[in-house]
Amino acid sequence: MIPTFNFILILFLFVCAIAAITIRDLLSAVLVLGAYSFFMCLLWAQMTAVDVAFTEASVSAGIGTVLFIGAVSRTERRSKD
Amino acid sequence: MIRESDDVIVRTVARLLMPFITLYALYVVMHGHYSPGGGFQGGVILAAGFILLVVTQGIDRVKRRMSQEKAIIFSSLGLLIYAGIGALCLILGGDYLDYGTLGRPLSVQRAEARSLGILGVEIGVALGVMAVMCAIFFAIFTPDQKNGRREQ
Repeated sequence: MIPTFNFILILFLFVCAIAAITIRDLLSAVLVLGAYSFFMCLLWAQMTAVDVAFTEASVSAGIGTVLFIGAVSRTERRSKD
Repeated sequence: MIRESDDVIVRTVARLLMPFITLYALYVVMHGHYSPGGGFQGGVILAAGFILLVVTQGIDRVKRRMSQEKAIIFSSLGLLIYAGIGALCLILGGDYLDYGTLGRPLSVQRAEARSLGILGVEIGVALGVMAVMCAIFFAIFTPDQKNGRREQ
């Protein structure tokens, strides 16, 4: 595929991954983690692993985000450390 | 505790989308053995339909259709289908999950029996994953009974 597109995807993936562990607001961190999963899904599809991409999109970006939001709503929104 | 959404557009659109989400999930399950997808992804999409209903229609209304007890029964049923098909192959003289031996009782050829066996296992996996995802979701979003704490 186009190498530039590939490079942009990996760049976004790194930005999302670093943002997800540095943001103090946990709800924002969960949403950034969803974006990370979606870029990972695009990369899997680009590497022709469509089945893995499907799992990543449905489980990690779909259900995982919802369950993390539930966990945040049951605990605290701000990170302590 | 999630209550019903106040917006009539959100409620109506979610109710209209639910059959299409379910149909797509069934498509993913049915075509799992020769295209991307399968029992796990289809089950997760089925559960996502239920979660969309919970978020828009309120948790009480959905729990009348899919309670936590029912979800646990369905997850056990999914596991039973999976293990039952495997054990049936074992009883018929093959290895565990060797679907070729199912051809004789179904009176089809071995290759077709393998396809049908994988389809049956996929259906079991989809039921189990859907029920477990719903059970986890209900366990997280049901308020505590002891101290009566209300969330959201």
